[in-house]
Amino acid sequence: MALLRHTTGEIKERKALTVNPAKTCQPVGAMYAALGVKGCFPHSHGSQGCCAYHRSALTRHYKEPVIAGTSSFTEGSSVFGGQSNLISAIDNIFTVYDPDVIAIHTTCLSETIGDDLLQISQKAKDDGKVPEGKYIVYASTPSYVGTHVTGYANMVKGIIKGFVKKTGTPTGKINIIPGFCEPSDMAEMRRLAAMMGIEIVMAPDTNGVLNGPLTGHYEMYPNAGATPADIATMGDAKASIGLGRWATTDAVNYLDSEFKVPGTVLGLPIGLLATDRYVDALRKISGKTVPEAINFERGQVVDVISDYTQYLYGKKVAIAGDPDQVLALVEFCVTLGMIPAYTVSGTAGKYFEERMTELLKDVPYDCKFKNGEQADMYLLHQWIKNDPVDLLIGNTYMKYIARDEDIPLVRHGFPILDRVGHQYFPSVGYSGALRLLDKILGLLMDRQDRDAPETRFELQM
Amino acid sequence: MSTKPTNVEEIKKELIARMPTKVARKRAKAMTPGAEGGDIPEIQANVRTIPGIITQRGCTYAGCKGVVLGPSRDIVNLTHGPIGCGFYSWLTRRNQTDAGPDGDNYIPYAFSTDMTEHDIVFGGMKKLAAAIQEAYDNFHPRAVSIFSTCPVGLIGDDIHAVARQMQEKLGITVFANSCEGYKGVSQSAGHHIANNQIMKHIIGTDDETPVEGKFKVNILGEYNIGGDAFEIERILEKCGFTLIATFSGNSTVDSFRIAHKADLNTVMCHRSLNYVAEMMETKFGIPWIKINFIGAAATAKSLRRMAAYFEDQELIDRVEKVIEEEMLEVKKVVDEVRPRTEGKTAMLFVGGSRAHHYQELFGELGMEILGAGYEFAHRDDYEGRHVLPNIKVDADSRNIEELEIAPDPTRYQPRKTPEQIEALKAKGLEFKGYEGMIGGMKKDSMVIDDINHYETEKIIEIMKPDIFCAGIKEKYIIQKMGVPLKQLHNYDMGGPYAGFKGAINWYHDIDRMVNTKVWQLMKAPWQSDGPELEASYVAQ
Repeated sequence: MALLRHTTGEIKERKALTVNPAKTCQPVGAMYAALGVKGCFPHSHGSQGCCAYHRSALTRHYKEPVIAGTSSFTEGSSVFGGQSNLISAIDNIFTVYDPDVIAIHTTCLSETIGDDLLQISQKAKDDGKVPEGKYIVYASTPSYVGTHVTGYANMVKGIIKGFVKKTGTPTGKINIIPGFCEPSDMAEMRRLAAMMGIEIVMAPDTNGVLNGPLTGHYEMYPNAGATPADIATMGDAKASIGLGRWATTDAVNYLDSEFKVPGTVLGLPIGLLATDRYVDALRKISGKTVPEAINFERGQVVDVISDYTQYLYGKKVAIAGDPDQVLALVEFCVTLGMIPAYTVSGTAGKYFEERMTELLKDVPYDCKFKNGEQADMYLLHQWIKNDPVDLLIGNTYMKYIARDEDIPLVRHGFPILDRVGHQYFPSVGYSGALRLLDKILGLLMDRQDRDAPETRFELQM
Repeated sequence: MSTKPTNVEEIKKELIARMPTKVARKRAKAMTPGAEGGDIPEIQANVRTIPGIITQRGCTYAGCKGVVLGPSRDIVNLTHGPIGCGFYSWLTRRNQTDAGPDGDNYIPYAFSTDMTEHDIVFGGMKKLAAAIQEAYDNFHPRAVSIFSTCPVGLIGDDIHAVARQMQEKLGITVFANSCEGYKGVSQSAGHHIANNQIMKHIIGTDDETPVEGKFKVNILGEYNIGGDAFEIERILEKCGFTLIATFSGNSTVDSFRIAHKADLNTVMCHRSLNYVAEMMETKFGIPWIKINFIGAAATAKSLRRMAAYFEDQELIDRVEKVIEEEMLEVKKVVDEVRPRTEGKTAMLFVGGSRAHHYQELFGELGMEILGAGYEFAHRDDYEGRHVLPNIKVDADSRNIEELEIAPDPTRYQPRKTPEQIEALKAKGLEFKGYEGMIGGMKKDSMVIDDINHYETEKIIEIMKPDIFCAGIKEKYIIQKMGVPLKQLHNYDMGGPYAGFKGAINWYHDIDRMVNTKVWQLMKAPWQSDGPELEASYVAQ
């Protein structure tokens, strides 16, 4: 009895049908990014199901409050345009929920009818619906373009565009723009910079927003997130570092072209080498020496890899997820001597193939990978059916493959609906690399323990 | 606020105090006290959600694909639209199903045409047809159902034409639902659309397959969340009923096809499936009664009504025997748990029937209902079906097709004569009846339709319930306030809660939730009231 009982190894070319996607749509990423601004109320300009689905998805992933409003389109607004719905939404939100900022994103509905957020938000201001000292920022995120990753990227750019002012007085700070990753990851990126004594402005920053405490008191706007005042200074920064090519390039380029803030775009700092690149970029840009404490953490990662290589080497892995996450994971697997046999990402982008080819060039296996349309978990599963792997890395939906094929799963990415940890413990940085090693090794060694004949059951490993 | 409002009118004022005037005026009409057996007040329901006001509601697509057709395991439910809608409705509603060792089961799969900009500009019909072909080539399903998302209606894709064309080409049932998210004011419109399409394309399409059994019934509006339908199936079988089809928990398309052979339709969720009940009565002559398997007493009552309908003494006796047997364990657990739950208070703001049904279960634990309301119900679910003729059909309801149903020329066969029906009514069996929520609620309790975030926070602050029932979006907001929230859409992975065994599960789960010690851990020792530091340390 299999859960995905209709999946076979017989691969037929598909051009129109996606089955078990390795992606979702733009607005949820925009909503997530907006939650990383302090005092911000995300608003979904579309029919109310979008907002309900995105809030549900984020709530299930974080087990935390996720607020957002919707323009609640009806058939009438879909025909005549959503302007009046959005203007009354803005009025109602500021009156009833009193945020500092409303971050509006569009949906496939409002984009198909051609609503213009610039024009509508200007009208709201002209009509006096935006109180003094309050802000509206926005991003265009039609669901039929890109994925949740580009939605995040678009809103990050929208946030920066909405607040950044050039005063001409350099702050000497470095802008850190995290890719689509966990609050715990953002905290870890910040910690590494702090260890180097570097002053940064991070935006967005969901740490403290989506991993908050239980106090008996509900805070609609937690005392966390990037403040509009801090974001405003990003145009006077010394440099920007974007951590995630898909998720941050637009924002970094915007700061570069509009405000002459030189930008560097790196991948997400997952794994040893990617973290090296992040730390090295911080070092080069700031001119600061990397402290011994960071070298120590790095050394611990190398130490564990050397201690446990025999359990990792040659193990085959199948990975699904977002390209910024997946490319970093593939690199880390290669670092560990593992074989990233199959990789899919629903998010398109030419760099994916280029980078995968580069990462896999010395891997002694005919690895398969695909991104963009029809690069889904169904295809990944079909590949596995034809030649199995030792480990899966991906979101919770992968657990169906894991159970059917009896392959251990490292939960990583979005969404994780059935385990705790991602909110609190990073997978970026050297400490994140240790955590990933802990998870990967734990699963592989548990499997060895489970499957070993009694005569060969080992006390020490 | 120095003094807390004490009566319902004062509470209502407090809930809307901060709203802009127009909003406050509209929201006030959606709030009323309970009737407690007295005159039932009118409540505003099934009207547009106010933009920007944080609502619990979802969309028409969610009601159609997510709720009604999603739980059918052997239909390939194909979302025609950008990827999001298909992704979010993928396995998220906990519709359990049992396909056996080799039956078809597509529930763990998400199927989407993943429309991109090119499809929006040039139309998506070709891609849809190709996707159906690919679904057929890969999965060989016996039926495909298409669901349109928002942009599909706007760009004018004729999904019904594609369905007809592919049905002809493939020789399997292919039908489409125009359930764009913006239609209607909530999920409710989507239920209606799904009802229409099931009625048009599936129900009654198999006259050949014989159905054995003396007491043949269908259950309408039961989705097997957490295994509810499994428990109901167990009980019905034990009583001697033959369950032909459940719409749509643990269902198959073949069971829908022969549903017209039942002699009684029982309606569990009135909101989502009453349309099929009405249409099947008109077309096939099958009467329907409202039943409720949430609550041990309500389950017993429903079984008795079903037995009474068939007027068979053997069945009536067998039902009594089952109730007696099942109630032994129920009573044992109630006796054990009730001392710990008695007098505690609850609120239920959720769904379109659950906020009413679950009051039964709280009642069995001796708990008091302080407030309740639906997320997407209509006035008849609050006030009772007698208000139906008085409900004004507004623009949002008018754009949902009302099928013209006539008695089937060959298959219409009234199961009871008018005289028999009258005789059964005289014995207390109500047909086509649903009394709604408000009548049974206390005068000092609040009934609020489509409660929003602000009102939720306020009403908890004022009335301080021991437990609150809603959905995933509300769960952690309310728990941050130190109040446990029981999800009544997905049961917090618990259940079943239906039937006798379900009631027992519920008693245990609510006992745990209202008596857990976790809420006492919120303050660290140094955050408690009292002296900041001990004198000896201060002196240093």
